[in-house]
Amino acid sequence: MKEQFTSLWQRLFGDSVRAFGVVSLIFLASLAIAPAKNFFSEWRHYQHGYLRMVRNRSDANTLQRHFQGGIQQIWLPELGVVDRCTSCHVGLKEASLTDVPTQPFRTHPVIPHKLDQFGCTVCHRGQGAATTVAEAHNSTLAWEQPILPAKYIESSCGECHRGPLPGTPQLNQGRNLLARQGCAHCHTVKLPDGTTMKATDDPPSLSHVADKTTREWIYAWLKDPQAYASTSTMPNFKLTDDDARDMSAFLIANSTPLPGDTATLSARPSSDPAAGASLYGESFCASCHAVQNAAGNMVGGDVGPELTRVGNKVKPEWLQAWLRNPRNYDPRTGMPHYRFNDPQIATLSGFLLAKTDSDLLANVHLEAATPEQIAHGKRLVSDYGCASCHEIAGIKKPENFAPELSHLGSKPVTQLIFLPGMPHTLPDYIAGKIKQPRTFSPGLKMPQYTFTPAQIDSLTTALLALNDRSNTLPPSLAVAATPESDYQPAGKAGKLMTDLACFSCHRINGHGGDMAPDLTWEGSSVQREWLVQFFKNPGTLRPSLIRRMPRFNLNDAEVNELTDYIMTVYQTPAIDRDSMPLSGYSQGQVELGKQLFYGKYSCQGCHIVDTKTDKGYIGPTLTHVGSRLTAAWIYQWMKNPQSLRPGTAEPNRGMSDDEARALTAFLISQKGGARQEASKK
Amino acid sequence: MIRYRYMPTHVGTAAPGRPAERSSAIASRRARSVFLPVVAVLATILAPSCSQQSASVPVPKPTAFGAAIVESSGGKQIAQTGSLLPQPVVVQVNDEQGTAVAGALVEFAAAPSVTFDPPNALTDSSGQVTSNVSLGGMAGRYQLSASTFDKSHKKVELMIEEIALGYQQTLGRHLNDQYCERCHNPESTVERVSNYDNLEVKPHPFAEGDTLNKLSDADLAAIISHGGPALNKSALMPAWGNTLSKSDVQALISYIRAVSDPPSRSAGPVYAKH
Repeated sequence: MKEQFTSLWQRLFGDSVRAFGVVSLIFLASLAIAPAKNFFSEWRHYQHGYLRMVRNRSDANTLQRHFQGGIQQIWLPELGVVDRCTSCHVGLKEASLTDVPTQPFRTHPVIPHKLDQFGCTVCHRGQGAATTVAEAHNSTLAWEQPILPAKYIESSCGECHRGPLPGTPQLNQGRNLLARQGCAHCHTVKLPDGTTMKATDDPPSLSHVADKTTREWIYAWLKDPQAYASTSTMPNFKLTDDDARDMSAFLIANSTPLPGDTATLSARPSSDPAAGASLYGESFCASCHAVQNAAGNMVGGDVGPELTRVGNKVKPEWLQAWLRNPRNYDPRTGMPHYRFNDPQIATLSGFLLAKTDSDLLANVHLEAATPEQIAHGKRLVSDYGCASCHEIAGIKKPENFAPELSHLGSKPVTQLIFLPGMPHTLPDYIAGKIKQPRTFSPGLKMPQYTFTPAQIDSLTTALLALNDRSNTLPPSLAVAATPESDYQPAGKAGKLMTDLACFSCHRINGHGGDMAPDLTWEGSSVQREWLVQFFKNPGTLRPSLIRRMPRFNLNDAEVNELTDYIMTVYQTPAIDRDSMPLSGYSQGQVELGKQLFYGKYSCQGCHIVDTKTDKGYIGPTLTHVGSRLTAAWIYQWMKNPQSLRPGTAEPNRGMSDDEARALTAFLISQKGGARQEASKK
Repeated sequence: MIRYRYMPTHVGTAAPGRPAERSSAIASRRARSVFLPVVAVLATILAPSCSQQSASVPVPKPTAFGAAIVESSGGKQIAQTGSLLPQPVVVQVNDEQGTAVAGALVEFAAAPSVTFDPPNALTDSSGQVTSNVSLGGMAGRYQLSASTFDKSHKKVELMIEEIALGYQQTLGRHLNDQYCERCHNPESTVERVSNYDNLEVKPHPFAEGDTLNKLSDADLAAIISHGGPALNKSALMPAWGNTLSKSDVQALISYIRAVSDPPSRSAGPVYAKH
């Protein structure tokens, strides 16, 4: 053995020439390791593959000319981006490669940003500096940010864009859900622009809850809110029977009668279902409230609570007081004060009280509560954080009740506890937690929500956008959201508008709902007489809409107050409402306008002027437009509708001044004659 | 042909149990010669982990067999790339007489980026299987296969097609909802009554590929921007060129191309199982 080694040593390093030669060889071989590694690297393999693929295409010359070999890099110091993805994804900018079925050679889909300006990892995450597939796409011990799955990609738009975008429906929905489902009641969510997310739902105060409902209903509701109303946003706390018993006992015992609330029935609920249904319809209750019909479909809006089983819930005297003036019980409610008279209240309350489900409370039998049960109930109410959402007399709203979510999108995976069998990624963790929070630990307080899978994906998308990058973005890149204004009209009219809850449906100066038209410039738009008549008896302008303006039964003084305010205050600086006359246009102009209306611009596709011939259903009916709108408004609307109502579906036709004037003359001559004739026949 | 070492759908998933398979193979070779008991122990340890890794969801055993598989609902849906289809896919297994078969096994398959929840199941008492489907990350058409076995263990397959929209098409869909749909979509909903029947000259629904595929992108852009008369068509189609930007019009065209049936040439590749 030893001899063999000695002879080998002699042969290799026996004299200085041999030794020099052998050492040189070893040195050269070790020098060759790095180039060899480089030569056999993954990105080179893909680049060769790309060139082979390109060779057989008709546009091979162009593609080969565009091709640049070697490691490619997008470096954006401002964003902290060093992305070498384009070393393998060679064809991202080649418009002709959209038909390549497999990656990494396909063209990048059309987006509003340039790859050179934003790189890849800003949107897709992953490790940009890596030059192997595994390191770039997957998470490793040193780098735990894998590629973002395609279904959450919109979260990256949300890092810079703080408001809704037309191309990101999932992100928009997720953000709405975060606010609307009341997540922000328990979780603090500091937004990157420095504001704190506000919950947009308004859970009712429970301080006078015994006026409104019974302990039995509260018990059933706490046990399973969706059994009462499938659309309810109240989550299920998975309470035991005893806990629900004690919490209902506490809430009833803790409730104080509302001062001035008359506990007597002011009118006997009538049992005329036909009259009730008709008043419910005329008052357009269904614009806000849904009822499940016999086929199981929800009919109605989702602004107010579902009323399918409301008869199981409310006490008759409370319901009547509520219908008389909801603002007595809840000054902040979005429900309008309808000014119903006694017979109307009797009819409507009778109709609503008949909406019951005999199964709902059939098995709820509660004994009188003991002081121990009430005390235990109070403890549970504090423990579960009920006061985070609801106002409860004697219990303070807890601060920081649940973990803050402001940086959730950058939470290190090492800090998360996963369930067995679950993929170890942040999106999967967030989605799993929203889906079934208590599976992560039976002791968790987060309740069970009834989100659909699509809603969970949306919420996860919105939460992933709350990350370190969005919080440390250079201000020049951030696209701010339009903040919701806190506009409140002043004076007597302002009080009246609050009482009628105009802002539940209408938007004015950036504040209010989106169900009905924006009224910011209503005073420039309509004629005074029309507005007065509309308040007294709101007809419909758009036959195809099912949501309509209800009649509030206003008295003349109230109508005048509102009309004066709207006509004076809600004027656009863009037009002078009195700059064009309401009559006196030449017959020639009217005739020209008519030709343009039916010919060149074919307005009858969407609007009705003559009920006998026109059928268009999309825009408002124009049979009376001459007594509704001002001429100056019509003229400006013809010239540029979006300047008056951004986002309106009416196209800007690029009309000349003469055409717009002729159409104004024709439309202002439509004072409802045709319709009156038709009704006479 | 190029061999793609990386497929986009394998992102983030661990390599399926190759080491385990290899070691069990080595073990079985040894088993013949020497250590039978050792193998038995090894096998009991490895077997469950192998089966768990090769198929994450166990395939249930069918109790009945059908002759045909048909679509009940959920085909031709539109969703954003990577996201869930709005409605689940429901298929039904029937026997020779066309009556529903309960307890037949239905397996779903598609391009690897598509996920099914569940990927396989036995038909319920009405002969149906319902699965929630998420489409892959690239825009285009996705072919889903639902299959069952008949009595002679022959595979019976049903193909269903779904459409995934990328960013540009999603933007186009938003514009379609806002400006186009009320005339171009003949279907009314509770919330929105269609204007289609009120129009003297009927507009083309965007799915009407037979007609719309013949129009070039430039022609479509001209009609949208300058109105019907630009191509000697009805003036009921207004000009949107002053209301929509050029990129809006492009987005609309890409949406129209994406939803056309039969598919337009520029709709891109179809993603199917290998």
